[in-house]
Amino acid sequence: MTETLGTRNVYGEFLVKLARTNKDIVALDADLSSSTMTKLFAAEFPDRFFNMGVSEQDMMGTAAGLALTGKIPFASTFAIFAAGRAWEQVRQSIAYPKLNVKIVASHGGISVGEDGVSHQMTEDLGNMRIIPNMTVIVPADGIEIKEIMKAALNTDGPFYIRTSRVKSPVIFSDGASFEIGRGNVIREGSDITIIALGLMVPESLEAAELLKSKGISARVVNMSTLKPIDRDLIISCARETGAIVTAEEHSIIGGLGSAVCEVVSENYPVPVKMIGIRDMFCMSGTGDELLDYYGLRSTDIARASEDVLTKKG
Amino acid sequence: MVKKEDIDRLKETARLMRINILKMLNSAKSGHTGGSLSATDIITALYFHVLRHNPKYPPWSERDRFVLSKGHATPALYSALAMCGYFDAAELTTLRKLNSSLQGHPDMRKTRGIETTSGSLGQGLSVANGIAMGLRLEGLKSNVYVMLGDGELQEGQIWEAAMTAAHYKLGKVTAIVDNNGLQIDGAVKDVMGIEPLYDKWKAFGWDVQIIDGHNFEEIIPALESAKTRIVNDKPSVIIAKTIKGKGVSFFEGVVKYHGTPPADDELKRALKELGA
Repeated sequence: MTETLGTRNVYGEFLVKLARTNKDIVALDADLSSSTMTKLFAAEFPDRFFNMGVSEQDMMGTAAGLALTGKIPFASTFAIFAAGRAWEQVRQSIAYPKLNVKIVASHGGISVGEDGVSHQMTEDLGNMRIIPNMTVIVPADGIEIKEIMKAALNTDGPFYIRTSRVKSPVIFSDGASFEIGRGNVIREGSDITIIALGLMVPESLEAAELLKSKGISARVVNMSTLKPIDRDLIISCARETGAIVTAEEHSIIGGLGSAVCEVVSENYPVPVKMIGIRDMFCMSGTGDELLDYYGLRSTDIARASEDVLTKKG
Repeated sequence: MVKKEDIDRLKETARLMRINILKMLNSAKSGHTGGSLSATDIITALYFHVLRHNPKYPPWSERDRFVLSKGHATPALYSALAMCGYFDAAELTTLRKLNSSLQGHPDMRKTRGIETTSGSLGQGLSVANGIAMGLRLEGLKSNVYVMLGDGELQEGQIWEAAMTAAHYKLGKVTAIVDNNGLQIDGAVKDVMGIEPLYDKWKAFGWDVQIIDGHNFEEIIPALESAKTRIVNDKPSVIIAKTIKGKGVSFFEGVVKYHGTPPADDELKRALKELGA
């Protein structure tokens, strides 16, 4: 059985660890600290934790103010509220003045499950990516998120980091290398490149296995930094493999698929197929059921790969 | 009691502030006249009497902070900063022009002395609260002043932040409501009533004072009460009754001048009234 970890759980634990040595770290939450896991921080550092109640807009502004005094605020709530409800506060009070606020939003995507559309955020990556000054990252597993948090802590400026409600397979070993703005080739291949982030990374690795059994050599890229996106890597993948499939637990509008197409179409056009949510609201169900139903599985990625190969010049 | 010479000095400073504001708005050919002039006396009192600040070294950690949440009144703030020496007063007429350091609304990354980037209404009180929380964690005694528009109080976030300041006992936060009674679309009471303001702030757990926002004998003690309220853990709000367009007879109380700059002939007449 593969080991699984929840990125939100690791976030909660690791934030405490980082805060033990960095006294400038403060945390804010909007009444979801037992879900985003900032409750662990609250328990150990009650004076440095601010529960803002159910008021995400106020939370973002308050985080901006704390950053203005040299604090490093980690502000957490669900992705829908961080990148939806409070979007304009993030833009105006955090991103425009380029303040050092780390927004770590949990419950991204549809794997949130039973709560349904109101809580399933499939537009956050697009919403955040479009804002200037914003760095947008989605960890592929519970190991990478620690490296991402360290990098975010050491880099001045606003970050949006998405975590998941569900546990997912661990694909990296401790100390996995992470560099902001750098994608990682986590499986070599020559016929096609699958570029993925978040929960879709382990699915893509599985897809590559499925493709191998059909004689197709698929390269897999973990594009955890959605912005700034690794243009060089995308262009070299386009040149070397001639076809791309993107996979994200997000609308295909505005997210990873769009970002990859922007780079490819301007620099080295090759056929691209996007796996993601196709401009619709989803529905309630278990996370696993929804990932199956909306076609976000290794089998879907493999099928899309075979399909895009037929379009390869 | 405020000394008479201080009052006289502040009145003269406010007169010069208004002259600057009108000139820069005229030069920009756009911008917010009414709300800049209604806020002028309070901003004058802050920058030339109340705030501990250092124009030679803006990032001084022990300075008091001023957040202009109603960012459209920034001509008044720019004028104060220039007159304090944060930047050359010659820059004032570059307001809103291409490549100017004086953006249409405050940009802390572009203008020396600006504490926070604002312009989208409703957000400044939250930011001020965050600053106060950070200062408290740092053990700094600085006061945090934030100016809100009255129309701005229609933003829900203001009331979220009002709860936050009371809940976290941010006694260092002093909000000033520039209560000029007008907003772009008309009288505040007609567009979306905000009264009873005194009761609302009280109910949210704030100390409330109501003053004449053009009378330094009332403005100064109200603003300075923040300094003496060290042990008080309640945030404080000053509801400043003001007149939109204050200081120029034909701008006073006229809705149109919310977002209209003085035309050339209006500038001439206005400067004459101000003894320029």
